[in-house]
Amino acid sequence: MRSRRALVALLTPPMLWLVVAYLGALAVIFATAFWTTDPFTNLVVRTFTLENFRELLTPTYLGIIGRTLLIAVLVTVLCILIAVPFAFFMARVAPRRLRALLLAAILVPLWASYLVKAYAWRTMLQPGGVLDSAFGATPGYGFAAVVLTLTYLWLPYMILPVYAAFERLPESHLEASADLGGRPGATFRRVVVPSLLPAIAAGSVFTFSLSLGDYIAVQIVGGKLQVLGTTVLQNITLDLPLAAALGTVSVLIMVVYLLAVRRTGALENL
Amino acid sequence: MRLTRATRIALGAFATLVLAFVYVPLVVIGINSFNSDRTFGWPPPGFTTQWWSAALRAEGPRDALVTSVKAGLGATAIALVLGTLLALALSRYDFFGKHAISVLVVLPIALPGIVTGIALQSVIQNILTPVFGIGAGLFTIIVGHATFCIVLVFNNVTARLRRLGGSLEQASADLGARPLTTFRRVTFPLLRSSLVAGALLAFGLSFDEIVVTTFTAGPESPTLPIWIFNNLFRPNQAPVVNVIAVVLVVLSILPVWLAQRLGGTDATESRL
Repeated sequence: MRSRRALVALLTPPMLWLVVAYLGALAVIFATAFWTTDPFTNLVVRTFTLENFRELLTPTYLGIIGRTLLIAVLVTVLCILIAVPFAFFMARVAPRRLRALLLAAILVPLWASYLVKAYAWRTMLQPGGVLDSAFGATPGYGFAAVVLTLTYLWLPYMILPVYAAFERLPESHLEASADLGGRPGATFRRVVVPSLLPAIAAGSVFTFSLSLGDYIAVQIVGGKLQVLGTTVLQNITLDLPLAAALGTVSVLIMVVYLLAVRRTGALENL
Repeated sequence: MRLTRATRIALGAFATLVLAFVYVPLVVIGINSFNSDRTFGWPPPGFTTQWWSAALRAEGPRDALVTSVKAGLGATAIALVLGTLLALALSRYDFFGKHAISVLVVLPIALPGIVTGIALQSVIQNILTPVFGIGAGLFTIIVGHATFCIVLVFNNVTARLRRLGGSLEQASADLGARPLTTFRRVTFPLLRSSLVAGALLAFGLSFDEIVVTTFTAGPESPTLPIWIFNNLFRPNQAPVVNVIAVVLVVLSILPVWLAQRLGGTDATESRL
């Protein structure tokens, strides 16, 4: 079973697929970011230029990049603030019978269609809709609606790893802290939180990267809001090199984020 | 940790609020599917079943559903084969570049979908169509979906192979079985449930995917998510879209239930 021939036979089909269908396509797009377009035909011209990246440094695009980062950070923070107490309740406070039920309650929406959930918030937020008639006001479609909807969409991705971390946390550690005179608040801060950090970091990879790349939910509840994803979309037909440069920026941000998260050791938990 | 009664009650109340936050929007679209107001004014002025019968008659969503199921089955089949081969190669052999391959297989799902989407679109426009005469359609949808579904099968099978270790395969080889016989009679039966879990995840992801699909689907072959998105902003289609949405929410109980019956939370949790 352990011969080189068998290894080659196993590796060839998947590698052909991933390298030809995926890596090749990806390489072309990254190369496109350094090309330019003919101003009359809008066709891609293959001459090397850094002009696309220089254009990204103008206030318009810096603003869009900054706004997208702000959304991703806000969504991640909100998900953490909701997920930690909820997961704590699930794992440590709720009776055992309720626990399986709560877990299923978090998993079912994860399988529900992404589009349906974004659509549900569109109807919730519409003027004369549920929020409007229940609270007499709605944030309407825009920045706040996007943050709210993305938080809703990615919340389970934060709850599940944090819940797993609470489950793994030995009861004896908490008892030891209490026996040594730690009040619940101190125990939480000094025993629970440090053991949660890798789980939070793992969850944040999803909440951050999914928010960063999103443009569908932004179109559904964002009104005219511009983020990285929508800007890429608008430039694809007219200026593919600029779209490719914008795409490259989001990939770079993700890589930097992943490298930062890797230092917490969270990626081994994924 | 000894919590005071007040803390427990506060946490319970908070959890109830979170569950309400998660489920109220889903319940609202459920109620809205019977809302007699075409623009979903709230509270509903009256109730009707006409949207449900209109949705049952509509051909657009039915055709789109067929495309989605075909794409899901095709992508799942390819992902099962390629993901299993890759998992066997990476778990049972040591070779140069192993780490790079394990990163490569995650990339299609880790990078923003729009990047993968425009990359595949430019390949279709510049190579597939002019050189091979293959336009955007079901085939290109399946290729795109399979690419990011491989990792789901790969992860499930890799986790199982790691738990199993290699001793049973070695025993089979020592008893004189050829590699293919060992795979058929020893490895495959042990992998079966992880393959089912991987397939469930792959089909679920393919069925729900919209970003990459936007760039790989032709105009004549929308998948269900594409059809929904195209009709989302058309006021007179809103009630039908809403009914389809309700059906999809109800259907999402199915995989969770299936996975719990298959034993273990493998499938549902590795949706992560």
